[in-house]
Amino acid sequence: MTMTLAERLVTIGMVILGTVTTRFLPFLLFPPSRPTPQYIRYLGKVLPSAALGFLVVYCFKNVSLLTGNHGIPELTATAVVIALHLWKRQMLLSIAGGTVVYMLLVQYVF
Amino acid sequence: MSQKKIKKALSAAFPYTVPIFAGFLFLGIAYGIYMNTSGFSALYPFGMSATIFAGSMEFVAVNLLLGAFDPLRAFALTLIVNARHLFYGISMLDRYNGTGRKKGYLIFGMCDESFSINCSATIPPDVDKGWFMFFVTLLNHLYWVCGATLGGILGPFVRFDTKGISFVMTALFIVIFLEQWLKEKRHQSAMLGLGVTALCLVIFGGQNFVIPSMLGILVCLSLLKKSLVPEGEEV
Repeated sequence: MTMTLAERLVTIGMVILGTVTTRFLPFLLFPPSRPTPQYIRYLGKVLPSAALGFLVVYCFKNVSLLTGNHGIPELTATAVVIALHLWKRQMLLSIAGGTVVYMLLVQYVF
Repeated sequence: MSQKKIKKALSAAFPYTVPIFAGFLFLGIAYGIYMNTSGFSALYPFGMSATIFAGSMEFVAVNLLLGAFDPLRAFALTLIVNARHLFYGISMLDRYNGTGRKKGYLIFGMCDESFSINCSATIPPDVDKGWFMFFVTLLNHLYWVCGATLGGILGPFVRFDTKGISFVMTALFIVIFLEQWLKEKRHQSAMLGLGVTALCLVIFGGQNFVIPSMLGILVCLSLLKKSLVPEGEEV
């Protein structure tokens, strides 16, 4: 370990500062006391759906379709989650079902 | 603020966080063990999970701590890894308003999981919105800190074979995305989020796709402004 305690604390502090910056910046730029620009209000309305779509793909960032198991466990479990959810519309059931299928696939099949 | 109101919000919020309980506990333990085997005492995963509260960045931070001292690089890297929070913030500008003193904590604790629940959950009209979102955030925060600390303490003593449990987070986001999809009238924005990000992931690879995806989504949404909000409709 090359860093001193003080250096480690500063490094952790920078990570905290960076995270807090990304979370607070929009709220500081567009406080409720001033009217929010129309363009930002538009984004606030349409961004949530896009951000959720982004987040779904973000989860697959380490999946390779061309090598290894070709993402078959991920794609299968995703199909299970969607099918279960459209069928029963029970959030916990869909999540648990898909996760169990995924765990079985990566532990016993692939 | 009556205690009954707070209790009601807690019991409304808790079921939404159950999958995160499972995911965060196991991921947190994995993170704590990783820190422990990298030579850090349990105080580190405890302190870092409580103050940073951004899962993927905390894993990255372990490498930062093991490398050469470079605070500016640590800051810049954090901004890049966590840039997606900017989207969450813009999405939550209205929803976090009017939550009083809880607002600061709601923003501080806006991780992927808290954001996705708070932005999509249909909160019953008799439940206080601010307290509901507060408890979603707080419970997630607690699960994560407990997992990380536990992993840090147990460290090398445990054999950890829950391979694949992290899919619980992916499943959560898929379900939330589906619920949002079933609720909304127009799907262009949701499809853009999926499509642009997937395209950027293929083109730029898993290490570099986040910023291009965000820019791509912004450009597309800006170009589609006219068709997404038809004339006469309130923004």
